[in-house]
Amino acid sequence: MDDDAPVIYGLEFQARALTAQTAETDAIRFLVGTQSLKFDNQIHIIDFDDENNMINKSVLLHDAGEMWHISGSPADKAVLTTCYSKTSESRVLTCAAVWRMPPEWESGSHESPDDSSNNPQTLELLCHLDNTTHGSVACVLWEPLGDGKRVISLAENHVLLWDLQESSTKATISSTATLEGKGQLKFTAGKWSPHHNSTQLATANDTAIRGWDLRSMSQIYCIENAHGQLVRDLDFNPNKQYYLASCGDDCKVKFWDVRHINEPVKCLEEHSHWVWSVRYNHSHDQLLLTGSSDSRVILSNMVSISSEPFGHLVDDDDLSDNEESQQEDKGKEPLQDSIIATYEEHEDSVYAVEWSAADPWLFASLSYDGRLVINRVPRALKYHILL
Amino acid sequence: MSSATTPPDSDPSGRRRVHSMLKLYYGLNEEGTAAEQAESLDPCDINGPHFDPEVYLNKLRKECSLGELMDHESCMVKQIRSLDSDMQTLVYENYNKFISATDTIRKMKNDFKKMEDEMDCLSANMAAITEFSARISGTLQDQHAQITKLSGVHTLLRKLQFLFELPARLNKCLELQAYAQAVSAHRRARCVLQQYSHMPSFRGIQDDCHVIMEQLAQQLRQKFRDGGSSAKDLSECVELLLQLDEPAEELCDKFLSHAQSRLEADLQGLEFIDRGCNEFVSSLCLVIASYQELFINRPQEGELASKNIPEMANGKLHVFVDTLAARYFSLVERRIQEEKGVGDNSLLVRALDRFHRRLQAITKLLPGSAVPSHGTEIVVRAARERIKQYLSALQTFYHDSLTDVRQALAAPRLAVGGASASGELLTSLSNFILNQLKSVLASVHLFTAKDITFSNKPYFKGEFCSQGVREGLVVSFIKFICQSSRQYCESAGDRGGSTPPALLLLLSRLCLDYETSTISYILTLTDEQFLVQHHTPVTPVTALCAEAREAAQKLLNHYVKVQGLIISQMLRKSVETRDWVNTIEPRNVRAVMKRVVEDTTSIDVQVGLLYEEGVRKAHSSDSSKRTFSVYSSSRQQIRYAPSYTPSAPMDTNLLSNIHKLFSERIDIFSPVEFNKVSVLTGIIKISLKTFLECVRLRTFGRYGLQQIQVDCHYLQMYLWRFVSDENLVHFLLDEIVGSAAHRCLDPSPMEQSVIEVICERG
Repeated sequence: MDDDAPVIYGLEFQARALTAQTAETDAIRFLVGTQSLKFDNQIHIIDFDDENNMINKSVLLHDAGEMWHISGSPADKAVLTTCYSKTSESRVLTCAAVWRMPPEWESGSHESPDDSSNNPQTLELLCHLDNTTHGSVACVLWEPLGDGKRVISLAENHVLLWDLQESSTKATISSTATLEGKGQLKFTAGKWSPHHNSTQLATANDTAIRGWDLRSMSQIYCIENAHGQLVRDLDFNPNKQYYLASCGDDCKVKFWDVRHINEPVKCLEEHSHWVWSVRYNHSHDQLLLTGSSDSRVILSNMVSISSEPFGHLVDDDDLSDNEESQQEDKGKEPLQDSIIATYEEHEDSVYAVEWSAADPWLFASLSYDGRLVINRVPRALKYHILL
Repeated sequence: MSSATTPPDSDPSGRRRVHSMLKLYYGLNEEGTAAEQAESLDPCDINGPHFDPEVYLNKLRKECSLGELMDHESCMVKQIRSLDSDMQTLVYENYNKFISATDTIRKMKNDFKKMEDEMDCLSANMAAITEFSARISGTLQDQHAQITKLSGVHTLLRKLQFLFELPARLNKCLELQAYAQAVSAHRRARCVLQQYSHMPSFRGIQDDCHVIMEQLAQQLRQKFRDGGSSAKDLSECVELLLQLDEPAEELCDKFLSHAQSRLEADLQGLEFIDRGCNEFVSSLCLVIASYQELFINRPQEGELASKNIPEMANGKLHVFVDTLAARYFSLVERRIQEEKGVGDNSLLVRALDRFHRRLQAITKLLPGSAVPSHGTEIVVRAARERIKQYLSALQTFYHDSLTDVRQALAAPRLAVGGASASGELLTSLSNFILNQLKSVLASVHLFTAKDITFSNKPYFKGEFCSQGVREGLVVSFIKFICQSSRQYCESAGDRGGSTPPALLLLLSRLCLDYETSTISYILTLTDEQFLVQHHTPVTPVTALCAEAREAAQKLLNHYVKVQGLIISQMLRKSVETRDWVNTIEPRNVRAVMKRVVEDTTSIDVQVGLLYEEGVRKAHSSDSSKRTFSVYSSSRQQIRYAPSYTPSAPMDTNLLSNIHKLFSERIDIFSPVEFNKVSVLTGIIKISLKTFLECVRLRTFGRYGLQQIQVDCHYLQMYLWRFVSDENLVHFLLDEIVGSAAHRCLDPSPMEQSVIEVICERG
């Protein structure tokens, strides 16, 4: 069976920020934030029509500045946060803010795309995550599975936990933690753990990965030298609470059991340049997506350390006759960890990859030249996992 | 047939004809051939037996003319005449013979008559003699019987005397400790005493003897129990005791236990193979020999035979020898294990040889024993152990020499002439290793020397050579080199690592050399020295070569990575720590760029010492003068664009995309080839890509961009010469300046001429 060809969408501007619309579970929707110093920046809302293999886009203006990071609220699909850089008095500062998409964007955009691109609507600012005292914000994280009232921002060497009140129009810092140490410490990435009642956070600075307890705002573990060079991204295994994946400038993807931090559980070295982004599939945690500045996206099947190391158990009733069952058995041999596919549609560095929130077999990747590619997990593998 | 040969032939054949005819005549038809039989049936054959003269005459009369008949007649007459004369001669000869035979018979008759007379006379004489003899024996009969009786009485009396004297004699023997005499004397008397024990006088003697013998046995036992006596004494004792009807089983036990205690005393002091061989094994052999002499090989008499002693004794002996040998072996093994020093192998081999040789003696004495095979096992184990020790010694040697190399690499930085050192280091290192390996092979070779007894055991002929030396030593060592090399890649840490890059480079070259020549050389050498016959599958040369090549590749890749990383880190720090928005107008190339070029040059020298140049694509003569097409990269910059850049106001994205469309995808951390250009290309790729990614993360002011332009031009001027394809450098530098222009708040690039002036100023 042939897999559908990837769908490619080109933005006019360079872009780094990509997120799935987390609260949207029906439509396959991605948000892309552009990066341009000279023109008005936009948020492209990419709707993917799975049946017709087509893309519908809508554009919203984000006139605050170029976007470095974007993140959608898990509770309200119209709410999102961005990290954007602002230049004032020849000083560049990265700020963060909570926005609401105007309610009308959805209607009309399909009928007259020209119209929407000519006269795009503007995002409605809900509140700033004021950071003048803490410095540039690297990223903003929503509480996973939460009610959209709590976010964390990582600013320089501070972890800031915000409470959003009055329908997210007011943000107050509820607690903070600061990473102390020699030199200029700066968080590069972070991830809020969906496990343990959302009380844990993992951050990356330079080559170290740190875990934080949000109740006491104190460090609970620290993997020094997790990567040979800078750690670029982290992700938690959605089904195994102690497992997380990290990637970095040493071209490696490492898997950690945070209870045994001396050695990684597993290490992948498939990319030929820095790995910028790593994402677990939300439902099938053996599927792992990585994007790298070697312009490749790699989909790996990490069966051995997934929550389903042997695949699903098959009921005998499902199998009608012997021959079929034999074939099935053959196919059901425990899969080896393997690279499923390498996607080479990009021609520039891929800085972000993201699984769709609605369809677990679909993912998007974004390269610096503004190319968004939507791909699917190969069908053979999909059926293998499902059946 | 020619006429010349006919006459000599005809003569004998004619004679034979005559003879045969005569024979025929006398009925001696022994030569009756088929031809004669055929002839003889013809009635016209004048010589045949069925000759009919009538028929013949008629036939002649009918067939022949008168002349012919006349001829025939005269011929016939002639033949008859000759036959007659033949006949006469024969008759005369036979007559003479007959007469002489008659004479002889007559003479014989006379002689026999004389002899008959003499015989009669003889028989008469004989009868007379017989008569006389009978008369004499009749008279002598009585006296003879008396004499016989008297001599019987005499013997009896002597025996009695012996018996009566026996106690005294036994006592005397006891005093003199002549046990053997005593026992033999007693043995002689024993049956008689037994028989006549119902008579009081004999009983007395018997009792006395018993007491004395008891005493004697006691003394013997005592002696037996005493430790001091030698094996020979001991065996004597046992022999005597055995003759005294002591229970054999008990004696076996006692004998063995005694021998054991003595041998164990030997074992206590046993420290060296030498002593072990000389004392323990030889005394063990002695014990076995005397034991067998005593209990097993002795001709069985009377009741001893019925007890089936040999089997029992043999079993006991085996158990005894086995337990003692086991203890001995454990001691020997412990001793061998202590032999850790790998210095002098010949000593060990000789010791093992002696050990093995001595045990062969036991084989001869005790054919069924498992002892010699255990001994061989020990030798085999020792050999195996030895190989392991050699392997680990080689490994330590390898590590040590690497440490030396490392120190040497650290040192020559100070010296001016140090540049050439790494090539020399490589040769000296590989020579060191090879020599060491050769000397180890020579040492191990001692195990298979011809004059060593165990060298012709199947193990030493086959498995030792192929599995032990070839696989266990040589192949393992080569694998170890590859593996430890690979470890340098992994453990060196991701942060640049503790391993100096020069060492990585050196090892990589070493592995490559191994792949190309050394491995096959070593293995051929081994195979030749040990005449390896491969019964079991062995690691083929190609597999080892592949492994070495893989290690070399990995090391070189790692070298590229480490060096690239060092330069990348410099570039990254320089981009990240600077405030590019508020920088001043560029006046100089930044120091870090000069540093990058310097480092690259030194790497170039370093690699050039060990690797060949490699091929590079032809480049234009003015490569260093090439300028970037960056100025078209931003839409506002068209007016600045130099004339040779595309004049159309193309979109940057489009431009760079088109560029990418025609250039191949660049793998940054990709495997490199084994040559200088490829290595340098790899390092520069890594460095420039890092530069690009870092630039993309920053925001630039006008002068920030200009500084990047200056830096890139500087790199451009110097880096192209190192790489295989200068377009690669151009492309990456274009990307950097392009990205910087993108990230610039006020993109107004610097004039190309100004850039060139700044760069040439240095």
